[in-house]
Amino acid sequence: MNFWVSLTVNSITFGGLLFLLSAGFALIFGLMRIPNLTHGSLYMLGAYIGATFLIGIVGIKINFWAAAVVAALIVAAFGALIERLLLRRLPGDQLAQVLVTLGISFMVADFCLMIWGGDPLNVAPPEGLGGFVRFGSIAFPLYRLAIIVVAVLVALGLWLLLERTRLGAMIRAGVDDPDMARVVGIRVSRLFTIVFALGAGLASFGGIIGAPMLSVYPGLDQDMLPLALVVVILGGTGSLLGAFVGSLIIGFIYNFGQALLPELAYFVLFLPMLLVLLLRPQGLFGRHVP
Amino acid sequence: MSARNLALVVAFVALAALPFWMPGVYYINVGSQILFYAIFALGLNVLVGYAGLVSLGHAALFGVSAYAIGYMLQLGYGHTVSIIVALLVGVFAMAIFALLSLRSTGIGFIMITLALGQILWGLAYRWISLTGGDNGINVTGRPAPFGYSLSSPITFYYTTLIVFLLAVAAMAVFVRSPFGAALMGTRDQPRRMNALGYHVLAIRFWACLLSGLFTSVSAILFVYYTQFISPQTLSLTSSAEVLLMVISGGPGTILGPIVGAGLVVAVKTVVSGFIERWNFLLGAVFVAIVILVPEGIVPGSVRLWRLLTRPRTKGKAGSAP
Repeated sequence: MNFWVSLTVNSITFGGLLFLLSAGFALIFGLMRIPNLTHGSLYMLGAYIGATFLIGIVGIKINFWAAAVVAALIVAAFGALIERLLLRRLPGDQLAQVLVTLGISFMVADFCLMIWGGDPLNVAPPEGLGGFVRFGSIAFPLYRLAIIVVAVLVALGLWLLLERTRLGAMIRAGVDDPDMARVVGIRVSRLFTIVFALGAGLASFGGIIGAPMLSVYPGLDQDMLPLALVVVILGGTGSLLGAFVGSLIIGFIYNFGQALLPELAYFVLFLPMLLVLLLRPQGLFGRHVP
Repeated sequence: MSARNLALVVAFVALAALPFWMPGVYYINVGSQILFYAIFALGLNVLVGYAGLVSLGHAALFGVSAYAIGYMLQLGYGHTVSIIVALLVGVFAMAIFALLSLRSTGIGFIMITLALGQILWGLAYRWISLTGGDNGINVTGRPAPFGYSLSSPITFYYTTLIVFLLAVAAMAVFVRSPFGAALMGTRDQPRRMNALGYHVLAIRFWACLLSGLFTSVSAILFVYYTQFISPQTLSLTSSAEVLLMVISGGPGTILGPIVGAGLVVAVKTVVSGFIERWNFLLGAVFVAIVILVPEGIVPGSVRLWRLLTRPRTKGKAGSAP
C-alpha cells in the first residue's frame, strides 16, 4: 500500500517537473514549428548555473529561489540570443533550424563538461523544505510536494499569460495561423524571440527545481530531451493543456515503469507515443500535425 | 579521357595503394574507418539526399545490426551465419522504423526517428541481460574468407575497400535507375508523383530498406574493426555525426557523403589527439555548415570552381545553367 502511494506521489512530482520542461518546448514547437533540440541542454545549463549560485561564486551566494530565478533569466537571455542570431538567419527553413539547435546542444553539453567537470553536483533542497511530512504511516519528502505546488503555480501563471493577456492572444494567434496573424499586424518574428526566451527560461527554472531530486550531471540534457519530445508528441504541439496532461501521463509511466519493469522502463515510456502517432498524429490536444 | 574520369582513376589508384604510401599502421586503420563510415553515410544519404527525409535515429539502426552480430558471435555462431542474421535484423529493424516514421515527413519524420533512436539507445543501456549495458559486448576474432585472414590492418583495409567500392557502384546504379528517379520525384513533387500513379509511400519504404542495408553492412565492418559495441554507438551524438558527414559533404550526391565521412573521421581522429573538446567542434561545424554552406562542401566547391573558371568575356550568359 505504502509503496503504491509513494510511487503515485513521485509520479505526480516528476510530472510537475516535466511540465516545467515541456511547456516551453510545446509553445516553441507550436509557434515556430520546430522541435527545439537545445531544450534538454537549456534545462541542464540552468541547473548548472543555479547550482553554481547555490555553492557560491566569486563570493556571491544566494538562496535557492533567487538562484532559480537568476539562472532562468540568464538562460532566457541566452535563448533569445540563439533565436535572434542564428535561427533568425534561416527564416522558413525548418530543417536547417532543427540542425542548428542540434549543433548548439552539442556545444552547450561540451561547454558544461568543460566548466563543471564530469562529477555530478548534488543540490540540497531549499531551507525549510528538507524534511518529511507524515500522513498516517507514510512519510513524504516535503520538497517533492513543493515541486507539485511550484508546477501548478507556473501552470496557472502560464495559463493566465496565454488566455488573459494581449501577448498571450498574439501567441495563440501565431500558433493557429502565423500568416493571418501577420496580416492583422502582429509581429510574429518578435513573438518567436519572446517565446523562445520564455521556453528557455522555463526549462532552466525546471532544471534547478529538479536538481535536488535528480542532481546535475553530464548527460542530463540527453535524458531530458527525449522526455520533452514524448510529452509533446503525446499532448500535442502548441497546447498548454496538452503539455500538462502529457507530463502527468509520462510522469506516471516513467515512475511505474522504473519500479515494475526496470530493464524495459525506457521502452514502456515510448509506447504511448507510438500509439498516439498511429491513432491521433496531432496529439491529444494538438492544433496541427507536426 | 575527361577530367572527371581521370580524377576517379587517380582516386581509385590512391585508395588501392594507400597501405604503401601511408606512413604507418595507424593511418591505414584511419583509412578503414573512413571507408566504412562512408558506407554508413551513403546509406543515410539515400534518405536525406534522395528522399528528402532527415533521420536522426540512424545510429540506432547501425547499433541494432552491430549488437546482432556481436550477440550471434558471442553465442558461438560462425561468421557467415552471424553476418547474414545481422543484415536481416538490420533491414527488419529499418522496416519497423519506416512503418512508424513514414507516417509523416519533414519535421515529424525527424522527431519520430529521434524518439525511436532514443528508445533503442535506452534499451541498449538498460536491458543489461541482453546487451551487457555499459560494459558492451566484446567480439574476438575476425573472419577469414577463403583462407584470407582479416586480422591484420592491411587485409582488413582491402576487404573494407572492396565492400566500399561495391557500395559505391550499387549507389551509382541506384541513382541512375528508374527507382532512383522516382525517389527523387517523391522528394521534389510528392503530390505530382502521386497523381502520376506512383505509390509514394511504397517508394519511400523501399528507399528506407536500401538505406538500412547500407547501414547494416557498415555496422558489420565496424564491429569487426573495433571488436566492441557499447550503447555509445547508438547515441544521438553518433546519429548527428553521420548526419554531419552527409550534410557537410553534400546531400544528394555520391561523392559528398564520402568526402564528408573522410572529413569528419579525419578531423575527429586528428583533433581528439590534441584537444578533448571534440563535441564542441562537432556542434560548431554543424552550425557553421548549415548557415554558411547549406548545400555541402562538394556542391559548394563545384559552384565555386565553375564561378572561377567561367570565361569572363561571356558575361552573364555563362552563368545560365
